[in-house]
Amino acid sequence: MSPVNVGRPTRPLDSVDASVPAPRARGLQQEEPLIFDRGGWGKSGVDFETGGEDLSAPDLAGLERAGPVELPGLSEPEALRHYVRLSQKNHAIDLALYPLGSCTMKHNPRLGEKMARLPGFIDIHPLQPQSTVQGALEVMDTLAHWLKTLTGLPAVALSPKAGAQGELCGLLAIRGAHEARGDARSTVLVPTSAHGTNPASAAQAGYQLREIAQTADGRVDLTDLAARLGPDVAAVMVTNPNTCGLFERDVVEIARLTHEAGAYFYCDGANFNAIVGRVRPADLGVDAMHINLHKTFSTPHGGGGPGAGPVVLSAALAPYAPTPWLVHDEAGLRLEEHSRGEAAASQGRICAFHGQMGMYVRALSYMFSHGSDGLRQVAEDAVLNANYIKARLSGVMSAAFPDGPCMHEALFDDAWLEGTEVTTLDFAKAMIDEGFHPMTMYFPLVVHGAMLIEPTETESRRELDRFCDALLRLAAAVRAGDVERFRQAPVHAPLRRLDETLAARRPRLRWTAPAA
Amino acid sequence: MRYQPLMPADRAQMLAVIGVDHVDDLFVDVPPVARLAGPVDLPAHASELAVERALGRMAGRNRVAGSGPFFCGAGAYRHHVPASVDHLIQRSEFLTSYTPYQPEIAQGTLQVLFEFQTQVAALLGLPVANASMYDGSTACAEAVLMAARVTRRRKTVLSGGLHPHYGATTHTLAHSAGIEVHRLAAAVDAEAAVIAAIDADTACVVVQTPNVFGSVTDVTAIAEAAHAAGALLVVVTTEAVSLGLLKSPGEMGADIAVAEGQSIGNGLNFGGPYVGLFACTEKLLRQAPGRLCGETVDAEGRRGFVLTLSTREQHIRRDKATSNICTNSGLCALAFSIHMSLLGGAGLATLARLNHARARRTRDALAAIPGVEILTPRFFNEFAVRLPRPAAEVVEALARWDVLAGVPFSRLDPAAGLDDLLLVCATETTTAEDIEALTEALSAEIAA
Ligand SMILES: Cc1ncc(COP(=O)(O)O)c(C=O)c1O
Repeated sequence: MSPVNVGRPTRPLDSVDASVPAPRARGLQQEEPLIFDRGGWGKSGVDFETGGEDLSAPDLAGLERAGPVELPGLSEPEALRHYVRLSQKNHAIDLALYPLGSCTMKHNPRLGEKMARLPGFIDIHPLQPQSTVQGALEVMDTLAHWLKTLTGLPAVALSPKAGAQGELCGLLAIRGAHEARGDARSTVLVPTSAHGTNPASAAQAGYQLREIAQTADGRVDLTDLAARLGPDVAAVMVTNPNTCGLFERDVVEIARLTHEAGAYFYCDGANFNAIVGRVRPADLGVDAMHINLHKTFSTPHGGGGPGAGPVVLSAALAPYAPTPWLVHDEAGLRLEEHSRGEAAASQGRICAFHGQMGMYVRALSYMFSHGSDGLRQVAEDAVLNANYIKARLSGVMSAAFPDGPCMHEALFDDAWLEGTEVTTLDFAKAMIDEGFHPMTMYFPLVVHGAMLIEPTETESRRELDRFCDALLRLAAAVRAGDVERFRQAPVHAPLRRLDETLAARRPRLRWTAPAA
Repeated sequence: MRYQPLMPADRAQMLAVIGVDHVDDLFVDVPPVARLAGPVDLPAHASELAVERALGRMAGRNRVAGSGPFFCGAGAYRHHVPASVDHLIQRSEFLTSYTPYQPEIAQGTLQVLFEFQTQVAALLGLPVANASMYDGSTACAEAVLMAARVTRRRKTVLSGGLHPHYGATTHTLAHSAGIEVHRLAAAVDAEAAVIAAIDADTACVVVQTPNVFGSVTDVTAIAEAAHAAGALLVVVTTEAVSLGLLKSPGEMGADIAVAEGQSIGNGLNFGGPYVGLFACTEKLLRQAPGRLCGETVDAEGRRGFVLTLSTREQHIRRDKATSNICTNSGLCALAFSIHMSLLGGAGLATLARLNHARARRTRDALAAIPGVEILTPRFFNEFAVRLPRPAAEVVEALARWDVLAGVPFSRLDPAAGLDDLLLVCATETTTAEDIEALTEALSAEIAA
C-alpha cells in the first residue's frame, strides 16, 4: 500500500483552465480558493521555541516517515483572510432569523463562550488527580441538579456526546433493565414522524424497529400503539413535543399503555425548549429522555457540532447508566470511572473521559443566567413566536395541522403550492434571496412537502414580522405565477444551486493535485 | 431578561393576532396534571456579573494544567494553540451556523470541511476521510461496527495496547450490535500478541500506535496477517501530532484509521468536546459513518461543495443507516483545520520533533532516579515508567507539591495488575524547569 499524499501541483498554479468559469468577487464577497490551490508548500505560520533541542535524529527505530506530510501552510495574515472570507459565505443566527425546525437555532450568549474559556475549565486534563478538579466536578454536579429538577427524573447520565448518543445510551439502559430481569426484548416502537436518529439508535442498540401510525391530527395513534405493544416490545420512543410541533395530548395514556406492556417510555427531548420550566417530563410518565444542550440550553451549533446529549433516567433505569458516575463521598465529589461498586450494573463507557465539559459550562452559564423564571419564559416565548408565525402565514400557506395551537414550531405542507409548479425546495431556495435561512424541508416525512419553521424565543417581534412579510411577498409571487424566480433561486447567494447528483455520482471528497 | 427581546406589549399584541387571551391557552394540549403552576425550585435569573462570579469560583477550584509542571497525556494532550485559531472559530458565521444543509449559504463551512477531509486523509495516509466524529473513542467503535458490516463477520480483536477507554467504548457499542469483542491483555509490547488472536471469524483487529504506553509499532506485519485471514486492520492514534513524524497508518496497511484530533487546535477541556478523525480506503467508502463533504458545481458551473453520499445516513436510511451520528464535532474540526493550515506539513514535522525531543529529555531525567524503571523503549512523546510504589499514590502525593506527574495506568484499567505503572507525557509546552521539578519531587517522594 503506497502512502496517500495530497501531492503538490504539477501544473503551474497560474495557468488558467478556460473551461472553468472565472471566480467572481461581488462587493464584500471575496472569492477564496482552497488552501491547496494557493501554494504555501513548505510554509509555516507557527514559530517554535526549539532552543537547545536536537531535532535532527529521532529515536524511532525506522518508523519515522520519509518526509513531512504534504500539506501547505499559511502565515497568520493569510490564514485570517482565508477563514474570514470563507466565513462570509455562511448564514448564521447572528445575521438573521434561522428558522430550521427541530434544530432550535436560538441566540448563543457570548457569556458561555467566555466562561468555557476560563483556564480553570479549558486547560484542565480529564485524568488529573480528582482532588485537583473539584470545581469541574462541581460544574457537572450542578448541571445534573438543574437537569434533574427541570425534568423531575432522579438520575442523569451526562456523558453522551450528542442527542443521538443520548438516545443510544437511554436504550442501552433499557436493555440493561430488561436483561437484569431475564426478560430480553427485541423491539422498539417508533412513530413514522420520528427523527432519523431514533430508528438508527434503536438499530445500533440491537433492536428491531416497528413503526406506530399517526392520527389525522398529527399525534400517536393510541389504537395502533395498543395493538403493536406486546411482550417483545422493550421501549416506545416518542418525541414530545413531536416533530410536527405538536404536544402529544395523550402522552400520559401512551406512558400507561407502555408500562402496562412491561416496556419503557423513551422520550426524544430534542424539543424540550417548548416546555422547559412549564412541564416536567417525569409527570408525563417518561422513563428516559435525552436533552440536546446544543438546542434547549443554547450551546452553539458551530456549523455541525459539537453538542451534548445528557439523558435523564428513572430510578429503575439509573443503575444501568454509563460510566463515569459522579458520586459524593467524604473527600468531596468523585468520579467512579469503572463498572464496579455502586456502578456495578452500568452499561459501561460510551466515550472516553467524562463527556462534553466545554458544553456543560456553556449550558450551566445559560441556566444560571435564565434561572427558573427565565427558563419558563423561554418556553412561553418560543411557543408564542411559533404560533404568531403560524397565525400570520396561515391565510396564505397551508398549515399541516390548522386546528389548535402548535408548540415551538409551525408546520406547513405544500398543498398551497399545488398547481403552481413551485415546490417546497424552490420556495425554500427563494427565501435565501430574501436574506433568510430556509426552514427545515421535507421533514417530518409524514407531511407532504413539509416546511417546518422554528423561530425560537430569541427573535424580536420586528424580526418575526420581517420574516413573515418576506414569506408573504414570496407567496404572492407564487400566486402571480412568477415560477422562474423560484426555479432559479437563489441568485443572490455566493453560489447558485449546487449539483448534488453530480457530487454523489462521482464523489470527490478531497483535493488532489491537478494533472500536468 | 437580557436574552429575551419580547416586551409585555409585544406579547399582548401577538396573542391578539393569534386570537387567544393568555399564553396558557397555547399549552392546552398539556394534560392538566402535568402543568406546573409556577417556576420550578431553582434560583431565579442572574446578571452576567453574578454568573461570572459563580462559574469563576468553580473554575478557581481546579488546578490549571498550564500553571505548573504538568505531564499528563493518555489520550488528551496539552499543546500550544495559536491565538488566531480561537479568534477565528468565534466568528459568528462559523460559531452560530448549523450543519450545512443549504449549501448555497454554507460554502464557508463546506469548504472548510473539504479542506479538513483533505488534511485528515493526508495525515492518516488513506484516500477518504469524513467530516468528523464525536471523538477518537467513538470513531474507534464506529470503525469496528463498519468492519463487521463490510466483512459480515461478528468478532473483533482489540490489542492490549489500545487505550482502555477506547476498548471500553468499543465494547459497549459493538456488544449491543451483537459483535463479540476480544480485548487482549494490557502490555507495553501488546502488539506482539495480536497476530495469534486473528482467526477466520475475525472482522477486524484494532491496534493503536503510539499505543497507550507510548510505544510506537510497525503494524505492517499485523496488516498482512489480518488481510490474509480476510480481516481488516483498524489503526488508532490518540496523539495526532505524532502523525507529523511517524509513518502513517495507511502506509502501514490500515484499512480504516481513526484518531483523536484534539491535539491540533483544541484545548484539554477536561475531556471534551474533542474531534474524531476517520479515514478509510476507497473500497470501503459506502460503509463509512458520518457526514461527507464533496466537490461539485453550481448552476453556472462554478466549483462548490455539498454534503454528499447521504444515503448512508440516518435521516435517509433510518434503521439501516451506517451510524446514528447526526451532530458531530464541526467547530472542533474547524479549529483542527485552522491550526493544521497554520502549521503546514513543515510546521507539523517540527512540532512533532520538538515533542519527541522533550519527551526523550524527560525520559533521560527520570531514568536517572533510583527505583524508576523506563518501560517503553521507543516512543513519540509519552512513555511508561515503573515506580517502586503504586503510581496513583505517588501522583496524589506529587499533586501536593503542585506537580502533575502523569496518569497512573490503574486509573485507566484497575484490573490489569499494573498499579506501579505511570504514563508520563511531555510536549512542546514542557520546559526544562518543569522536568527539573518533576525529577526533584519524584526523587524525594520515592526516597521518602
Ligand atoms: C427530534 C430530534 N431528535 C434527535 C436529534 C439528534 O440530535 P443530535 O443531532 O444532537 O445527535 C435531533 C437533532 O438533530 C432532532 O431534531
